[in-house]
Amino acid sequence: MIPVETLVKPASERQFNVNPADAPTEDYHDIIFQLEKEGEWEVQRVPEPYIEVETKFGRKKKIPINTTWHHKSCGQCGHIPGYSTSIFWINRKLGLDYLDPTDQTSCTAWNYYASATSNVAAQAAVAMRNFAAAAETGYFPIIHCGTSFGHYKEVRQELIHSPELRRQVRDILAKLGKKLVMPEEIVHYSEWVHAMRHRIAELQVRDMSMVAATVHPACHYHKLVREDAIYDPEIYGAQRTAVITATLKAIGVEVRDYSTWYDCCGFGFRHILVSRDFSRSFATQRKIEVMKEEADPDVVVTHDTGCVTTLDQSQFAAKAHGRNVGVPVMSDSQMAALAMGAHPYKVLQLHWHNTDNKPLLEKIGIDVEKAWKEFEDEVEKIKRGEKQYLTWEDVDA
Amino acid sequence: MALDLSQNRYAEVPYEEKERLFNEVKRDMRFDEYLYGCYECGICVAACPSARFYDFSPRKIAQAVAREDVELFYIFLNDSIWDCSQCFSCDRCPRQNSPGGLITVMREVAVKNGLASAQQALEGYGRIVYKIMSTGTQVSPDMLQPSAFPDWGPHVKEISDNLDLWRKALPPETLHTTETGWQVSDKTIIELYLIWHHTGVMDMIKEVDEGLFMILADVMEERLEEEGYDVTFD
Repeated sequence: MIPVETLVKPASERQFNVNPADAPTEDYHDIIFQLEKEGEWEVQRVPEPYIEVETKFGRKKKIPINTTWHHKSCGQCGHIPGYSTSIFWINRKLGLDYLDPTDQTSCTAWNYYASATSNVAAQAAVAMRNFAAAAETGYFPIIHCGTSFGHYKEVRQELIHSPELRRQVRDILAKLGKKLVMPEEIVHYSEWVHAMRHRIAELQVRDMSMVAATVHPACHYHKLVREDAIYDPEIYGAQRTAVITATLKAIGVEVRDYSTWYDCCGFGFRHILVSRDFSRSFATQRKIEVMKEEADPDVVVTHDTGCVTTLDQSQFAAKAHGRNVGVPVMSDSQMAALAMGAHPYKVLQLHWHNTDNKPLLEKIGIDVEKAWKEFEDEVEKIKRGEKQYLTWEDVDA
Repeated sequence: MALDLSQNRYAEVPYEEKERLFNEVKRDMRFDEYLYGCYECGICVAACPSARFYDFSPRKIAQAVAREDVELFYIFLNDSIWDCSQCFSCDRCPRQNSPGGLITVMREVAVKNGLASAQQALEGYGRIVYKIMSTGTQVSPDMLQPSAFPDWGPHVKEISDNLDLWRKALPPETLHTTETGWQVSDKTIIELYLIWHHTGVMDMIKEVDEGLFMILADVMEERLEEEGYDVTFD
């Protein structure tokens, strides 16, 4: 009998053989520039300087460093605002120029995947309106939400392949006084964090080496148009996306593996809002409990709105039932900012999160009570009318 | 609850009507990219979160559509597609199918045709549609109410009680809002309303929720009129 171990290598030793010819779709770069030559649209170039990375099948992708236009996320800004605040804070800390626009709508894809009360033309028009708005400023779009990122990649595919859809969207945008502009790359913020991870590590002030993390890769980041997600042979043999894991390793966090890493978080789009029993069950039984049992992490790190929400918020009810849960959940941007010295409440805004994160913060050496008092003092000043808002200057001080 | 796949479940619906809806799905520009056939390998089911908790199978849906089984398609169109999580884990199909994408198209057809099952699936979801269509951001801070999220524990009440102050304690200037995720400019909202107008999205809303349609139409028409646009959603 042949021993099974000679046939099946452990996951850690397996390698994905990267070959651009295996990609399921043609290289979008060639096509978007060809369509520009044909006068179908303009292509907004990735501004220099940029960092070149490799995607799943070995294609190159340019990640802009500076002059970025931040396409914000509804769920991040609305319910976990320290997520986006951390992205901006890292930009400021690195001395980079960025734009936080008001001329931006949601991609509306959360609603589309939840209720289908929209259509291809509307979804494409919303995407291209936002891209046109970015191009007008001269700043290059960075997409905060994983669903927006995945959906916009789908929209790009649809526009590439349908002259009729291009015409329809171009006509709609013309009525709004806007041009049809396709960015050279559709870039997720976690790709930017990934590309900047060594510069982030250079500015690290907190020792993270005692922290163990599990990583949840967001479905709409690496499953939708999977050929346009970052992979690296050094990270799980390029069998999984490299974003988050490479960032955590760069700041010295120990990344622990677990068997259900590919599973979704249970968000479900409509389920998290109107059928939450499903989301809670899946998030705790297929993700958190498996992580606890197999890896016992200090924190779960992910890179999308819905994943942070579902994995974090679902634990309260499960804990009430005595289940094996109780792991705080953060984004990679929050973890990177934490390593760079960001305030846990003024920047990371962890009071908007649910699961107890004090043990994690204390492990990193943060005096939690003192930090909370510092935040509350600022809130008191706002309450007394001594200041209108907490400002970047307050945070940078 | 087990899915009833017996052919007489929708016997009162004429075959021609089921076929009309099936053909509408097939005519979608994405259909040929989403369905190439089916090996019956079940990889999509193994990866599917909904399959673990519901009587739901992306494989069965892909197969029914690939085999052009109109009767079975109609059952799935009514009784199954709303269980899908739209995570696209099923996209790892070795045949390059996207059962999740196919379901997106089927949902769109269900909404566009005002199926009772779609109306039922979207009950309670109207406030979300209203928020995204009227404000340009889907979830807002003021939606964090204990009554809406009782299973998230007492911290939702804490946020709700401190909402105004905590929003002011956010350094990004665009995040001081409570009714929208971020501050969206007036010009941007007008452009969004015009997109809804030019793409027929309001017609879809009308099919599934007449009351919501009327409220949205009032809000948008008034705002557009203020900006000099003579637009009616009817």
